[in-house]
Amino acid sequence: MEKTPLSPQGTRTSGRIGRRLRVLLTIPAAGLLLSGCTLPSFGVSKGVTKSSVQVFHLWQWFSVGAVVIGALVLALIGYAIVRYRRKDESAIPKQSQYHIPLELLYTIVPIIIVIVLFVATLIVENPEVSNPRTDVVVNVNAFQWGWKFSYPGHAVVVVGQTTQSPTMVVPANTNVHVNLTSTDVVHGFYVKEFNFSRYALPGVTNQFTFNAVKTGVYSGQCTQLCGLYHSLMFFKVKVVSPATYDQWLLDNRNVSAATAAANATALQNNPYLSSQSTQSAAN
Amino acid sequence: MSQNVITSPTGHDAHDEHHGPSGLLKWLTTTDHKIIGLSYTITAVVMLIIGGALAELIRAQLATSNGHLVSFAQYNELFTMHGSIMIYLFVGPFAFGALANIIVPLQIGAPDMACPRHNALRYWLYLSGSITMLLGFFTAGGAANFGWVGYAPLTSSLNAPGAGADLWIGGLLLTGFSAIFTGVNLIATIFYLRAPGMTMFRMPIFTWNLLVTAILILLAFPVLTAGLIMLYADRHFGTHVFSVAGGGVPVLWQHIFWFWGHPEVYILALPFFGMATEIIAVFSKKPVFGYKGMIFATITIAALSLGVWAHHMFTTGVVLLPFFSIMSLLIAVPTGIKIFNWIGTMWRGELWFSTAMLMSIGFLITFLIGGLTGIYLASPPLDFFTHDTYFVVAHFHSVVMALVLAAMGGLYFWGPKITGFLLNERIGKAQFWLLFIGTQVFTFPLYILGLQGMPRRMAVYPLHHDWVNLNAISSVGAVLIGISTLLFALNIVVSWKKYPAGDNPWDAQTLEWFTTSPPPHHNFYRLPQIRSERPTWDYNHPEHKSVAHASHEN
Repeated sequence: MEKTPLSPQGTRTSGRIGRRLRVLLTIPAAGLLLSGCTLPSFGVSKGVTKSSVQVFHLWQWFSVGAVVIGALVLALIGYAIVRYRRKDESAIPKQSQYHIPLELLYTIVPIIIVIVLFVATLIVENPEVSNPRTDVVVNVNAFQWGWKFSYPGHAVVVVGQTTQSPTMVVPANTNVHVNLTSTDVVHGFYVKEFNFSRYALPGVTNQFTFNAVKTGVYSGQCTQLCGLYHSLMFFKVKVVSPATYDQWLLDNRNVSAATAAANATALQNNPYLSSQSTQSAAN
Repeated sequence: MSQNVITSPTGHDAHDEHHGPSGLLKWLTTTDHKIIGLSYTITAVVMLIIGGALAELIRAQLATSNGHLVSFAQYNELFTMHGSIMIYLFVGPFAFGALANIIVPLQIGAPDMACPRHNALRYWLYLSGSITMLLGFFTAGGAANFGWVGYAPLTSSLNAPGAGADLWIGGLLLTGFSAIFTGVNLIATIFYLRAPGMTMFRMPIFTWNLLVTAILILLAFPVLTAGLIMLYADRHFGTHVFSVAGGGVPVLWQHIFWFWGHPEVYILALPFFGMATEIIAVFSKKPVFGYKGMIFATITIAALSLGVWAHHMFTTGVVLLPFFSIMSLLIAVPTGIKIFNWIGTMWRGELWFSTAMLMSIGFLITFLIGGLTGIYLASPPLDFFTHDTYFVVAHFHSVVMALVLAAMGGLYFWGPKITGFLLNERIGKAQFWLLFIGTQVFTFPLYILGLQGMPRRMAVYPLHHDWVNLNAISSVGAVLIGISTLLFALNIVVSWKKYPAGDNPWDAQTLEWFTTSPPPHHNFYRLPQIRSERPTWDYNHPEHKSVAHASHEN
């Protein structure tokens, strides 16, 4: 119903300010972000999509800032604790207060840091949330408690819930456009290796585009609490070569949804399925 | 000495609390802000203990990947009620109901709150709201189970049919009105009942923060109350505000909730910032470094906090990302000003590491971690993949555990003023170390878990080796925190009426330390001259007035 507005160029209208900034800043920023390769990962992986790599570099630079500022502040606190420990109970220190230049310094420097962080954010965000034109479209529908992946124009549907996580098959090195909907409550479409998530909202078609550059199978899962079996709402994304993808589409054309699901997932021996869940499901 | 003191015109014995009922009846009928504040304190600490017990159950369930302690359904109730109790029934009421109620009138030299009966009403609303919400556990369908944020349409009559959800809504309405009345009362008190000489820029930082908090309460809480009424109408009267079927918009709930919810974060935090500010100044034996800068930072935080709600909604895809990103990032600036001010206050002081001071330094460090990790979440691309993972859980637990540390500092600092007796410092320090170390052991693994992709609110999780170990470590941290709480209870028992405090045990600076401990019925027999933000200090140390850095250089 409530589609995200797309401008004629296929870009989000909300990115307009950022687009101008981007033109100005792309060249130095590209160098900045690329040089991020030699920094530590700070707990995050590069992921497997074009955007996920950029997000990873953004994460690295934010982390550098956080570590430097955090270390500085901790050092100041540590120094104060050690140096100014009370030695004489009756001693009264000089009652000094206010230091305008210092106060200006610790106001203006953070403002500059914030502006830098914001610009870096825009540089990564605008391409990530843009929706370039693409031929591969997957309609993803989330429901309690599973996922349905349909491929419009190809009569292919994959469905799976709780114990059998369905697999969404997509071609590598291609812009894949996702129309994300929900049948009932709010769900979260999250693939760790994409460094990305998006809500599936009832009554809204959320759109995003990703371009996976590495073939493989990546696990995904619902991140937004959606009721009883939220903990079991998994899916997989299988990135294959475009040729394999075309073949897979042909093989599963007009196959009933259930069979397609079986073909796609071949009912993996799911490590997440606990005896408790079977028990609760039986109740 | 006598020329510095405004003596009460009437004899003070006549004003003592011997008139009126005593015992239980006194507690039930009182309009004295100190007794109401004490009721608030006790109720809020009981809520902290209940909420903490639920947290221990959650951590026990998650200590293994396939925990069998509770069922899926019970787990959803556990984290919903843990979050609800901690946010709605502990942190908030403790912040603006408990110590604020006792200390604000004392700090400004007022005899009571401006509207004493109103003050009593809000406590009883809070208590009845708390009981209402907790009663959910005793209903057939169990307590509310849709998370403390209650995202529509998971809260609809279809998805959450039980009475537990209605009791949750009812409890929130009652405590919400209690909060709104608090806002009115605090503002009226601070604007109209300040002692002669107590100008706005001589008010202690704690009182200033409570004033700003009260204004935020009046701006934010009515929105939540309205949202709850819409939700109740949806559930029972067939309206469709939040359901697609009738043309409603589910995501509207998220807007309403976070329009309240983000200012709420600062409604919770600002009073504790104020406590830490007072404690750090007193135990450094110095004035607050940038007193006015601190006040402007508080006002800036409050103003910005009204324009950042959608940073909780970046992944909805229906909000303007750059606006909410820059607004959220900007909050780091006034917050940074506060942190540098706390350090500046300690600088060249004579630091006395009492339990209250240790708790405040623990607050400072833990809040620094929570603040720095919050900056990531203000950047939409980084929020996208950490949203709803344990990274977010770790972030806000660093923040709220910092508030708990500050709250404990506040109790050790002001407790003697309220009761007349000090708490045992050795047990207090042991409590501090357990609480501080426990907090870090509890949150650090959660940050890593979130980055490794573990979503929040899962009763069971995939059997990764890392995940099991990290969760187990986190649970150990939770146990340490639990033990620290037991030590606090032990300390109250051990120190019961044992160490008389005297009027001013910490050589403190503000007006509440000028009167007796506990203060008499209408607080003050006499007041000193108020010529700065530190009237008690000026009275006790007339030769040690504050000097601005610039002035001695000229």
